[in-house]
Amino acid sequence: MSEQLWSGLFVLLLATFLGLEIIRRVPPLFHTPLMSLTNAIAGISLVGSLVLAGGEATMTAKILGAVAVCASTLNVVGGFVLTDRMLRMFRTPRRTADTTAGERS
Amino acid sequence: MRNTLNDIVVPICYLAAAGFFILGLKGITQPRSARRGLRAAEAGMLFAIVGTLLNKEIIDYTWIVAAMAVGAVLGVVLSLWTPMTAMPQRIALSHAFGALAAGLVGFGHYLEHRGDLTVATSIPLVLEVLLGFLTCTGSLIAAGKLQELLPTRPMVYPGQNALNLAVFVAALAAGAVVVADPRNTLAFGLLITLALVFGLLLVLRIGGADMPTVISLMNAYAGLSASAMGFVLDNQLLIIAGALDGASGLILSIIMCRAMNRSFTNVLFGGFGATAGSGAGVAEERPHRSATPEEAAMLLETAREVIVVPGYGMAVSQAQHKVRELADVLERHGARVRFAIHPVAGRMPGHMNVLLAEADVPYDRILDMDHINGEFPQCDVALVIGANDVTNPAAKDDPSSPIYGMPVLDVAAARTVMVVKRGMSPGFAGVDNDLYYLDKTLMLFGDAKGVADGLVRELEATVPAH
Repeated sequence: MSEQLWSGLFVLLLATFLGLEIIRRVPPLFHTPLMSLTNAIAGISLVGSLVLAGGEATMTAKILGAVAVCASTLNVVGGFVLTDRMLRMFRTPRRTADTTAGERS
Repeated sequence: MRNTLNDIVVPICYLAAAGFFILGLKGITQPRSARRGLRAAEAGMLFAIVGTLLNKEIIDYTWIVAAMAVGAVLGVVLSLWTPMTAMPQRIALSHAFGALAAGLVGFGHYLEHRGDLTVATSIPLVLEVLLGFLTCTGSLIAAGKLQELLPTRPMVYPGQNALNLAVFVAALAAGAVVVADPRNTLAFGLLITLALVFGLLLVLRIGGADMPTVISLMNAYAGLSASAMGFVLDNQLLIIAGALDGASGLILSIIMCRAMNRSFTNVLFGGFGATAGSGAGVAEERPHRSATPEEAAMLLETAREVIVVPGYGMAVSQAQHKVRELADVLERHGARVRFAIHPVAGRMPGHMNVLLAEADVPYDRILDMDHINGEFPQCDVALVIGANDVTNPAAKDDPSSPIYGMPVLDVAAARTVMVVKRGMSPGFAGVDNDLYYLDKTLMLFGDAKGVADGLVRELEATVPAH
């Protein structure tokens, strides 16, 4: 049991630092799409919800699980559709002669 | 057969999912790879779902299929139908749903396994439930405020800090009892109730301008809740995905805090929004210059460098398309037009960028504060549209100002400043903006869309033919 806990903590530590390093590089331009993308990824609660709703459990637990499946599917599907809609809008810059340096963050 | 599935195929699916999620986030660090990143994240989620459905623990698919179908339809409808101006409340709602799912799974897990919880699972379970339910009500309140179903002013009353702290400590105490004695269902029920109440109290006191910070913070909490679920279920994919979401929320919260000059520890414990609205706001009449669209258009015609500073006012009056037209016509007059975005402009991180993207403004014209602040002195006209506190020079010059120290856009350095605003009322922070009383400032009173429309008409009449 405690071995699981320790390996979980190591995974948490590494994933957090990796996340911080990657997300620091996301330009402010994409902060809203980033939020909706991470929302979709956090829909990973679906994994836990599915096991609860479809596993061997009491009726109460299955109902809780089914509501959770519904909420997290909404987040997964909704988050991806929303991110796609937003990213589609970001138009590539026109080719301009005066491409100034330092505009990229 | 089923054993090979569970021991090999399922872990491989989860491993692939984790890898794709990381690639997905990496993609969104650059415009050209952003959509590829989205595809990678989608692939990751597909692997995660397939891996879970293959799992031998799942024996009954009827509930699952029904719930997934309902969720998917709602998700698509809600995402396609939401206008871009309503994006902050849409995002807040999805934090609420994500956190609710995590909280409910924790609840269900407790009902099933309260007999065999060890300390190593009960502590993360308590955290999952606490964070999940408080984020759920907190985000619902935030969404309600953003949609203006609830009053947007912070709700403040005497003893608020003490009450919030008491509720939070009580929730932690209930959690500690659950850890010590997992069979104590009363304590578990109390934990859920107190978490729901704490989320409510935490966000009721928040006003509009603090919303970007709150939304980011809720993002982090929802992620951490999913991560805690990973510890409960011994599922490392959940830990990783939750940690990535949590890290994202954390970084955005820190950026928002810096942009508001608030300390992060203060915000973590809900101490934000408390300073606003007191002391300042003694509005004595001070002389200012106002101008009609005609007069302003005459000045804009000859400008070579124009920097537009959009704020929440542009979102409220849905003026982004008119503002784009204005930029186009100014360019036909020979000006270079760029947009300066303060990190907390609007109601969530990146709010203004999304609106301008919707209006088809190319993103190389949109610059964030650090990159454009040095260019205001060379700019002929700084056109402030619906932004207030983020342009206030008092934040730099006046140590007695409540917003002193907050990084602001250096609009006052421009040769001419034009401010589109509905009236002389102070901004969210209740602080008068010295910018409005400078000799070089012209006030254009009216709704952002109306004023932009007026300017476009005046300027179109005088476009040089060539």
